[in-house]
Amino acid sequence: MMPIPIEQGLLLSVVLFSVGLIGIIARRNVLFMLMALEIMLNGAALAFIVAGSYWQSVDGQVMFIMIITLAAAEVGIALALLIQLHKRSTRLDIDELAQMKG
Amino acid sequence: MIQILFYLTATIAIFSSVMVITRANAIHAMLYLITMLLALAFAFYLLGAPFAAALEVIVYAGAIMVLFVFAVMMFNFTKEDIEHEQQSIHAASWFGPAILASIILFELVYVISSSQTNIALTRHLIDAKMVGIALFGPYVLAVEIASFVLLAGLVGAYHLAKPVQVNTVTNMEENAIKKEQSSQPPTAIHADNNQQKSATKKFANN
Repeated sequence: MMPIPIEQGLLLSVVLFSVGLIGIIARRNVLFMLMALEIMLNGAALAFIVAGSYWQSVDGQVMFIMIITLAAAEVGIALALLIQLHKRSTRLDIDELAQMKG
Repeated sequence: MIQILFYLTATIAIFSSVMVITRANAIHAMLYLITMLLALAFAFYLLGAPFAAALEVIVYAGAIMVLFVFAVMMFNFTKEDIEHEQQSIHAASWFGPAILASIILFELVYVISSSQTNIALTRHLIDAKMVGIALFGPYVLAVEIASFVLLAGLVGAYHLAKPVQVNTVTNMEENAIKKEQSSQPPTAIHADNNQQKSATKKFANN
């Protein structure tokens, strides 16, 4: 029973966060940007869980529940926005959508 | 044994997250995202947070991803859209941001791994009972505010996703006024745009 060093949990969270960041910057489809945002949120949540496990305190998991709540609200509103944007640009291309007037 | 399991889970999570941001097909990316969420849930379980693991599976991989699936079904991406997406992934504009973000990643990895603390996490179990006591004890205000956020999200999503009203009362009135104006003969004094258009139409018809 070798327990997990704290660095490795934090490294996983940092890698996930960076992959999500690359996805947000590199992709032009708004739907994929939203998925990359979910990856970033999960990286941050993992950091909270690791810290809570390190300090043996409940606060990390409570913050994780707050993150999940915010993610649910954010995804609901973002997908509703995407459904409206889909009528203006069928491909959901962020470069096309940036040139909307009004 | 626990460490080996954690390495395996971390590898699966990183691989599937990379696959998410490199797929052109939205459904494939979503399946990889669900795989990543399940791997992360198992990582939470290994870190001694079984309640968080269950929430990750139920709320994230369940509810939120179902939202995504229904949205993608509404978007109705065609093969041409997927090919266009594939070309935009291979574009040269992709590499600059990726390299910059990778430099940030290497800095973070260096800082974390150079601390040399090497403190192992004791597998101290924090079960759902303790989390619940904390949520409805010191964190009760945060829970109330989270309920406000969810309500605002619900109302906002309902309002945003409503179809645009085409035949409102004002529009119908405007149409009726336009019809009346176009039926009148155009005078030189009251020659606004609408009447000029109707006049030209009449001349064209004649």
